[in-house]
Amino acid sequence: MTEIASGSPAEPSSQAGRRPEAIKAIPVRHPWRWLSAVLVVAVAADAVYTLVTAPNMHWGVVGTFLFQRLIREGILLTLELTVLAMGIGILLGVILAVMRLSPNPVVSWLSWFYIWFFRGTPVLVQIFFWFNLALVLPHIGVGIPGGPPLWGVSTNVLITPLMAAVFGLGFNEAAYMAEIVRAGIISVEHGQTEAAQALGMTRLQVMQRIVLPQAMKVILPPTGNETISMLKTTSLAFVATVPELFTRAQQIASFNFYVIELLVVISIWYLVMTSVLTIGQYYLERYFGRGSQRELPPTPLQRFRRMLFTFRGQPR
Amino acid sequence: MVKAEAVHKSFGRLEVLRGIDLEVQPKEVMCVIGPSGSGKSTFLRCINHLEKIDSGRLSVDGELVGYRQRGDKLYELPDREVCRKRSEIGMVFQHFNLFPHMTALENLIEAPIRVKGASRSTAVEYARALLDRVGLAEKASAYPNQLSGGQQQRVAIARALAMNPKLMLFDEPTSALDPELVGEVLDVMRRLAGDGMTMIVVTHEMGFAREVGDTLVFMDGGVIVESGKPREVLANPQQERTRAFLSKVL
Repeated sequence: MTEIASGSPAEPSSQAGRRPEAIKAIPVRHPWRWLSAVLVVAVAADAVYTLVTAPNMHWGVVGTFLFQRLIREGILLTLELTVLAMGIGILLGVILAVMRLSPNPVVSWLSWFYIWFFRGTPVLVQIFFWFNLALVLPHIGVGIPGGPPLWGVSTNVLITPLMAAVFGLGFNEAAYMAEIVRAGIISVEHGQTEAAQALGMTRLQVMQRIVLPQAMKVILPPTGNETISMLKTTSLAFVATVPELFTRAQQIASFNFYVIELLVVISIWYLVMTSVLTIGQYYLERYFGRGSQRELPPTPLQRFRRMLFTFRGQPR
Repeated sequence: MVKAEAVHKSFGRLEVLRGIDLEVQPKEVMCVIGPSGSGKSTFLRCINHLEKIDSGRLSVDGELVGYRQRGDKLYELPDREVCRKRSEIGMVFQHFNLFPHMTALENLIEAPIRVKGASRSTAVEYARALLDRVGLAEKASAYPNQLSGGQQQRVAIARALAMNPKLMLFDEPTSALDPELVGEVLDVMRRLAGDGMTMIVVTHEMGFAREVGDTLVFMDGGVIVESGKPREVLANPQQERTRAFLSKVL
């Protein structure tokens, strides 16, 4: 230190190898951060206190029903609905996006029409529509138009309440996913397509092997968003009498009248499930970000630990 | 190997190629120079049908690019045929265009496996040999962004070679590189030429053109202004336009 301060000239040969000691500066203080933290904690504590001590709130009921069998079954069905609807949504969405960008005008317009229709009507209406389809079409079959049916089945057998909800949620989701996937595809630099074409790869191969994997980086964050949104939207399956989490809570509350308590129970579960999804999404994004950063970003746990020790934001 | 007769190409109302005539013999190295916007890159891209020509005839190895002639009628080739023909022509781009989500080795084996149907083990073996040939054997498992520009371009050359092309097209392969990295890429290309590869190189490297090129073509305004032996064209240009260009770049 003193050496540097006095500016004593070092010999040129030794200068390259000499390294001054690491900087130890006093960091800038952040009083507002501390003040805001105190304020937020105070307000939050007050809100929690108010809710916990609400005169007619029966926390015992919440505890009883949190792990009750009907609720557990509801959770499973909610997860099942989410997986099925998102499965349909993602698969159909990718197909629609690729169709939309196809040079074949028929295919491209078909995709446009699908998105226009399914994005343009409320998902609640769509679920109701599938649920009540039997009213106008008692039988569904496949056959040559004008000819005899080759295969047919009663609509009520084919479209169970669960299927009505899955179709309604999934087909609607596909329209949104198609636009997300399309945005991802467009975001991939055109030189990638050219390089792959120059190697002799077909349009489909280029899409599958080169463009879509790179588009994932752009597609994933909004898809995670959609999945979380879907998890909660499954509660609309209520109208198709599917006994998922929300329906179960309603059914139980209609017997014991603990409406708010049961809403607290299912809210806890919805929060738990979306939290798990958020973590899963983060690691998926990390995986598909490979090759785009020299070093993988820290995991949330690593980041949290660092935050805790420094109480400073992460430099981006 | 490559034959162009009165090739024209327009983008909308802009006429980029206005009648290109040239012929490239097998094992010939042709260097194409000229100011930007002269149509050099567009012509190169026409050769593997990344761009469609509007009129004239363009053929590779005696077969028309993108079309089939029967009688006096031209038929557009189906996608499958276009892909097959492209797979026989290697192309190297100014900005490398390596696939960033794949390692160097994966970049090399992708097309041989998917397009040619090679087995994975054969493709890997050949890819390793090629990486060794461009001096990057130890970088097989590196992702493109972990490589310098010069290394990336050498991987890109190896990727094109992995398809065993009969013709290599280079579109300003060193223009995006730091000056000190240009040499390593040119070395690889020089060796490739020495091995008898037919090459068309769009470049600004006059030294490379003089040393390695068999023919030098100077393009401007969508036409070939002058062509000949590189040494002669560079030392003693016949056209006023060529003289003006060379006086600026040499």
